[in-house]
Amino acid sequence: METSAGDLILFAREEQRLVALLERLCQEAKAHAAFLIDRNGRLIAGSGRAADLDTTSLASLAAGGMAATGGMAQLVGERGFTGLVLEGDRSHLYLAIVTDGLILVVHFDRTSSVGLVRFRVKGASDEIGRAFAAMAEQSPARADAGPTELQAQFAQITDEDIENLLSI
Amino acid sequence: MSFINYAAREINCKLVYYGPGLCGKTTNLQQIYARIEPAARGKLISLSTEAERTLFFDFLPLDLGTIRGFKTRFHLYTVPGQVFYDASRKLILKGADGVVFVADSQIERMESNLESWENLEGNLNEQGQTLKALPHVIQYNKRDLPNVVAVDEMQAALNEHSAPWFEACATRGVGVFETLKASAKLVLTDLKKKMGG
Repeated sequence: METSAGDLILFAREEQRLVALLERLCQEAKAHAAFLIDRNGRLIAGSGRAADLDTTSLASLAAGGMAATGGMAQLVGERGFTGLVLEGDRSHLYLAIVTDGLILVVHFDRTSSVGLVRFRVKGASDEIGRAFAAMAEQSPARADAGPTELQAQFAQITDEDIENLLSI
Repeated sequence: MSFINYAAREINCKLVYYGPGLCGKTTNLQQIYARIEPAARGKLISLSTEAERTLFFDFLPLDLGTIRGFKTRFHLYTVPGQVFYDASRKLILKGADGVVFVADSQIERMESNLESWENLEGNLNEQGQTLKALPHVIQYNKRDLPNVVAVDEMQAALNEHSAPWFEACATRGVGVFETLKASAKLVLTDLKKKMGG
């Protein structure tokens, strides 16, 4: 869910749904790991062997790479490039724009193929897009902690809490 | 644009170090990386040229601790300062929750400081934002050099929104953490306000 200020808030049920979608993508695409990031390089959800990877760094670099690719697209008169394949000796990455603000990253090796990954990502992207649209619609009636509870928790944060946090 | 993962109880914020070429943005991140406890930081990634000039960005994820049960993570980015990398600067600036403007205190760099400041405001405007509304801190770096401009003069030239400011010598770590702390505080206070707190 996105707030009016553009901040993204992900609740437990939404995360579970996204992880389940990514798990299925990993199985169907025979991939090591799949993770969803936002265009600012922040990890939203991951599955497969994502925990074995430095997903924080990968997310930042993948978002940077896709942003640069988008810039190149405009320079050659395209609205954007939807996917990017990075081929290595032993493993590969496939990066795909899911919606305007989301990027799907898939890590795979020779047990799969670019064609299979691209095909499965297409299906998963549609589902993730629909999941995000549904989340936006359902946001006022969610069963788990909702914005009101979150707002209440934020209201409790004091200047002292922030000061203590930053004992750096 | 902050990202709050309620399931994992995490708050993620993006802080961008901006400023003219060779002002010390990368040095700030290198000092933070070197001095903060290893458990609180991820890898420092630098996408630089062979001459160690920032080509695209530097990136350092930091874990600043827990606030009311939420892990607070900051992603620190630098932009390339050289004038011709403006497209990269725009990309990195997108979604920033706060900005640290690093100014070079040397007299011969004042024009570059002003140019970079105007570039920052212009790039924010293109994204529908203003510097006035975005949490930001100014760092007057390289105060140890002999040919520096007086702080009052730099304040008058740059700090049009009366932002918190710090004198620094980033190569020795002086003023680096004060700048980071003030920026993180502004960002979190702003987030609290946006969440209705």
